[in-house]
Amino acid sequence: MSHYIELPAYEIVKKIREHELKAEDYILYLYERIKRIEKEIHAYITLTEDLALKKAREIDKKIERGEKTGRLCGAGIAIKDNICTKKIRTTCASRMLENFIPPYNATVVNRIEEEDGIIIGKTNMDEFAMGSSTEHSYFGPTHNPWDLKRVPGGSSGGSAAAIASSMATLALGSDTGGSIRCPASFCSVVGLKPTYGLVSRFGLIAYANSLEQIGPITKDVRDCALLLSCIAGHDTLDSTSVKKIKEDYTNYLIDDVKGIKLGIIKEFFGEGTQDSVEKGVFDAITKLEELGADHQEISLKSLNYALPSYYIIAMSEASSNLARYDGLRYGYRIPDKSYDWSTVYRKDRRFGFGFEVKRRIILGTFALSAGYYDEYYLKAQKIRTLIKRDFEMAFKRFDVLIGPTMPILPFRIGEKVEDPLEMYMCDIDVVPANLAGIPSISIPCGFSMGLPIGLQIMAPPFREDLLLRVAFSFQKNFSNRKDEKL
Amino acid sequence: MSKIKPAEIKIGLEVHCQLTNLKTKLFCSCPSDYRGKEPNTFICPICMGMPGTLPVLNEKALEDAIMAALALNSKISERMLFFRKNYFYPDMPKNFQISQYDKAGGVPLALGGYIQIDSKRVRIRRIQLEEDPGKLSYEGTIDSSTCTLVDYNRAGIALIEIVTEPDIETPKEARLFLEKLRSILEHLGVSDGSLEGSMRCDANISLKGGKRVEVKNISSFKEVERALNFEITRQKSLIERGIAIGQETRHWDEIRRITISLRTKEEEQDYRYFPEPDLVPVIISKDRIEEIAKRMPELPDERRKRFIEQYHLSPQSAEILTRSKAMADFFEESVKLYEKPREISNWLICEILSYLHDKSVEIDKLAVTPKHLVDMLKLIDEGIINREMAKSVLQNMLLTGKMPDTIVKEKGLEKILDKEYLRSVVEKILKENPQAVRDAIIDKKAINYLMGQLMKATEGKIDPKIAGEFLRERISELAKLKI
Amino acid sequence: MAGDDLIRRKKGISKEQIEKIAWLARVEISKKELELLSKQLNDILAYFTKIDEVDTKDVPPSYHVLDLFNVFRKDEVKPYPHEEIFRIVPQTKGKFVKAPRMA
Repeated sequence: MSHYIELPAYEIVKKIREHELKAEDYILYLYERIKRIEKEIHAYITLTEDLALKKAREIDKKIERGEKTGRLCGAGIAIKDNICTKKIRTTCASRMLENFIPPYNATVVNRIEEEDGIIIGKTNMDEFAMGSSTEHSYFGPTHNPWDLKRVPGGSSGGSAAAIASSMATLALGSDTGGSIRCPASFCSVVGLKPTYGLVSRFGLIAYANSLEQIGPITKDVRDCALLLSCIAGHDTLDSTSVKKIKEDYTNYLIDDVKGIKLGIIKEFFGEGTQDSVEKGVFDAITKLEELGADHQEISLKSLNYALPSYYIIAMSEASSNLARYDGLRYGYRIPDKSYDWSTVYRKDRRFGFGFEVKRRIILGTFALSAGYYDEYYLKAQKIRTLIKRDFEMAFKRFDVLIGPTMPILPFRIGEKVEDPLEMYMCDIDVVPANLAGIPSISIPCGFSMGLPIGLQIMAPPFREDLLLRVAFSFQKNFSNRKDEKL
Repeated sequence: MSKIKPAEIKIGLEVHCQLTNLKTKLFCSCPSDYRGKEPNTFICPICMGMPGTLPVLNEKALEDAIMAALALNSKISERMLFFRKNYFYPDMPKNFQISQYDKAGGVPLALGGYIQIDSKRVRIRRIQLEEDPGKLSYEGTIDSSTCTLVDYNRAGIALIEIVTEPDIETPKEARLFLEKLRSILEHLGVSDGSLEGSMRCDANISLKGGKRVEVKNISSFKEVERALNFEITRQKSLIERGIAIGQETRHWDEIRRITISLRTKEEEQDYRYFPEPDLVPVIISKDRIEEIAKRMPELPDERRKRFIEQYHLSPQSAEILTRSKAMADFFEESVKLYEKPREISNWLICEILSYLHDKSVEIDKLAVTPKHLVDMLKLIDEGIINREMAKSVLQNMLLTGKMPDTIVKEKGLEKILDKEYLRSVVEKILKENPQAVRDAIIDKKAINYLMGQLMKATEGKIDPKIAGEFLRERISELAKLKI
Repeated sequence: MAGDDLIRRKKGISKEQIEKIAWLARVEISKKELELLSKQLNDILAYFTKIDEVDTKDVPPSYHVLDLFNVFRKDEVKPYPHEEIFRIVPQTKGKFVKAPRMA
């Protein structure tokens, strides 16, 4: 019975539609598994068992009545806790929103529900998506299913861990500076950051609005394509969402990479990159070559400046996006002590926010402040243009660009948390895609000492088809899934 | 004591005008007619800045704003950006305002422009689109209240901010500027200045090239003149005592009629402007501008010229009548019903305007309509009442809103036309005032006293001309007799 | 001027500046936090100076990474059940949101 939880979503959906499996039973299996192993992993902040079972029963009834069902029919979906779910607590892993129950859904959640996806819970994350390890959560860290003493990556660590340990069929994460791809790499799952503007940000609690996107985290590339197809598309509520013809990304699951030109980014193999990671990625590239792809090295000099530019822009936007959290209209409010409004705000935010969040707010405020705007924020935005241009130039020569997702293997919990700069450096390979707004996927490409290595593939804007094709081909031919012992 | 010449006073205004012709707010679909509604009922997650929500620009707001900028002779930007103005305040749901900026790469809706007042041009620096914050109120005064009450109904309402160059030199000019601005916006139909709080302004004033003082919280145009007069007096006295004026922000206290220093940390504002990432640039095409220009209604200056040409009014009368759209509309509707524009103009300017001013009320809020005025004028023409009587009929109309013929009947104000009756009253007066009669025989001017008595006795209902004739006839007769 | 810039940058951010910024951002920080931040922020800012190596003289900034423009909505009312928002307000007084005193 329990083998169902190992199956990819597209197969589950098929089985449920074909009456082979009941949605209710399937959801129960998921919760059984959650009950058994969640206490070790701590991927979830909120579980929505009653609601999920209710929805599952409705789906079963629909199927009995022979009604049409959605493409996510019966799949159990874990949603990162910075994506608003109506009437379900949405905390951003922060004390500030510990009891925040939004009266509205994020657009992607509406779309999932329209496709009969079942929300099973809200996943743990770094507070307000600020982090690369899911250690900065008010509710405690998530543990990497491959080694519980290690981090699952961040900030969508909970979603990635839930998928890796089969505690959900599908998951949504958000990626501002690698927050989908990093945990995907550390947890040996598939994570896709779509092109900026492809997926609506309405309902995504903002960290850095010009950089972030919601995207799928799955075991199988096919599931990734399926979930992306359901959530992508124009939204009138998001002025930065693109109007284009809706695509079915499952059409791009083609096992053929012959002649595809891979550009290997020289800057991604700098001295901070661990040897085992480098080896793992080169092995993967070799495998792709075996399948018919060509590769060549390319140097994108501007990428040397991507990391500081990313942080300056992200922190600046964050300092403004998080200003609304003052405890007045919702969120954490200190007990009444007849302070004046300014003092109340200062205290609400002192006790409501964790230290990393405060650090970024202060740095971001600084970077935008009078006298510093030009040399920090404006400068970073100009470097962003250079990075965009470099990618445009690279994509004239190559179909996709390739490299490691993370320069290192998953580190121990507590290892980097005291040194923010060291933590920030982990993002060196993932932030360029956010700055340029291009799509990027991380797929598992092996292990070293039992720890996962992720391969990152980037494509031109709106060419998720290329990513999925290369990823699908790789996974089909070389995947060797190691199942969880638990 | 040194006198400060007008040329040494520099006043600049920042006027915030709500675009009241819109059905919804600037960035969300909440209804915009929030006045008089229960607090916090015209809100949605977007204007409340709730987590995860995003703004979407109201296209009609853009068009109304463009039309306003065109009427103000401003240059519309080709590519407009929204910027965030970051500061904390309880009336700000996001603790930043989506606004516009003209530095750091920012491009507002329009740059430059001017408004002509009398013979002077007040230049405009920029016009920008932005959202209104919510409203704060208190239990008691701002100082004594133990809490602050916030109503977000107004949060997100569309505003245009018009910033002038410091071309204004007197408080009176400031008021005239604002009145003209209001008239223009009303003629366009984009902003109704009579709605409470729809036009607010801050003033910047510097004397003798000294530091700039900002005066905030001015709630009406009348208050602008008062506040500026106060501030000029205050600064003058400091200058005369040799005290330098520092750059600061002051708050106009309407009740005590003074400006108070806001020397708090709020002053150290660093708004950290940066481009709003959730909104994309707006490219305003020439086509769009032309289309809007084509449907632009008649502006006050054009209307004034037309009043002079079409109705043969004096320039002064035309200017006064076109100061407000409501007044100009009233005039033209009256003329439609009764083709004596000069008459109508006189009555409006001499009689009705002072009433409006005294009661601080707008002409279109009066119970009196063009038909009221016109009917009254017709009664004069028909000789049923005289001009003096008409004045009091008018006062009554303004108070009660009743039609003039109703008032005349109710108060029995019909002129006493009966000549026999008139003669008898004249006789009565002559008999009652023998000394006055003797005076009048000697000195023709003394007849006025008898006229007065006659008017008193008849409650002014007689026609002075006819009565005067009778009086003089009788006095002459009496004079002849005496001799 | 360049020398001054270099000095300023080497200086990073002083404790006084941090306190001022924390005030601007309405985040109260403890003395301990101020100490810690002072070290960490200066390390991070020192790293950020890397961006000065790049020549961006005639490069325009990329505030918006997409080439999107003119996204509008129609001026049509869509009422919203305001009670749902008011319900989660931490402190209210009658129909008002209750904020702390101003003065």
